[in-house]
Amino acid sequence: MIYLQLFLAFLRVGFFSFGGGMAALPLIEKEVVDTYQWLSNGEFLELVALSELTPGPIGINCATFTGFKVIGIWGSLVATSAFCLPSILLVTLVFHSLSHFEENIWVQRFLRGLRPVVIALIGIAAYSLAQKGIKDWFAVGLGMIVFIFVYRKKTNPILFLLLSGVAGLIWYGA
Amino acid sequence: MLPLIKREIVEKKKVLTVEEFIEGLSVAQSLPGAIAINTACFVGRRARGITGTLVSVLGASLPSFLIILFVASFFLQYRHLEVVQNFFRGATPAIVALIIGAVIDIGKSALDDRGDLIIAFILFFLVFFLELHPLWIVLIGGALGVIRRK
Repeated sequence: MIYLQLFLAFLRVGFFSFGGGMAALPLIEKEVVDTYQWLSNGEFLELVALSELTPGPIGINCATFTGFKVIGIWGSLVATSAFCLPSILLVTLVFHSLSHFEENIWVQRFLRGLRPVVIALIGIAAYSLAQKGIKDWFAVGLGMIVFIFVYRKKTNPILFLLLSGVAGLIWYGA
Repeated sequence: MLPLIKREIVEKKKVLTVEEFIEGLSVAQSLPGAIAINTACFVGRRARGITGTLVSVLGASLPSFLIILFVASFFLQYRHLEVVQNFFRGATPAIVALIIGAVIDIGKSALDDRGDLIIAFILFFLVFFLELHPLWIVLIGGALGVIRRK
C-alpha cells in the first residue's frame, strides 16, 4: 500500500538524517530512487536542484515533492508528516531532561561517532549526483568554475546555480 | 535561518531566553531531522506544551510544503521539455560543486583526527560497493563512537 510505503520511507529518512539536509540526500535517494523507484535518476537530480533553489529544509522539500509525484496532495501530506514525526517524538522525549541528554556520556560518544558518518554521507551525495548528472567535459568545466566562485570567493550559491542553468541552456540549446 | 528564528522567538515574542534558545538549538542540532523543524518542536513545547509543538511544526513546514506543491504541479508537467532538461543539465554540475564544497569544509574540521577520515572512507565504500542502506552507516558510525571512547 502506497501511503504506508511513503510513510515508512520518510519516517526512516527522518529518524536517520543527522547532520543536515545534504547528509540526508543518500538516505532519500536510497528510498526514493533505489528501493521504491518513485523517481528516476533524472527526476532525483532535478529535485535536489529544486530543493536548493527553494527555501526550507531539503527533507521537507523532498518528501513533499515525492509524495505529490507518487499519489498527489495526500501523498505529500503523508510523506512530509512522516519526515517530521521523529523530530516531534524525539524532542518530546528529551524535553524534560535536556541537560541529562546533553551530558550523557553515551549520547556524546554516539554523536561524536557521527562525525565521520556525516563526511561519508555528503561525499556519497556528491559522488552519486556527479555520476548521474555530469556526462561531458562542458559539465566538468562548469562544475569547476562554480566551485571556484562559490567555494573560494564565497559568492551567493543560488545565483551560481541559476547562472549555471542558463549556461546549460546556452550550451545544450534552449 | 537561525538568526531569523532567534529574532522572532527570543527578541520579539520572548518565548525563550537567550540561554534557553542556545540550549534548545544545541539539542536540535544533535537530534536527527531538519534543524528548523527540531527547533520549532522545542520552542513550541516550551511555549504551549504538546499542542505548541504541533502548531510550531505546522508553521515551520507549511511554507516549504506549499511552495514545493506549487512548483511540483508545474514542474512535473513541463519537465520533459528540452529547455527544462537543458537548464537542469547545466544546474547539476553546480549542485555537485556546492556539495563538494560542503564535504571539504566538514572534512577539514575532522582533519585533526585521522581515525575519523579512515572511518569516513570505509563507510563511503560500504555504501558504494556493498550497496548498504545509508542508515546502517549511521548506526555503525554511532556504535564505533560509543566503542572508541575518544
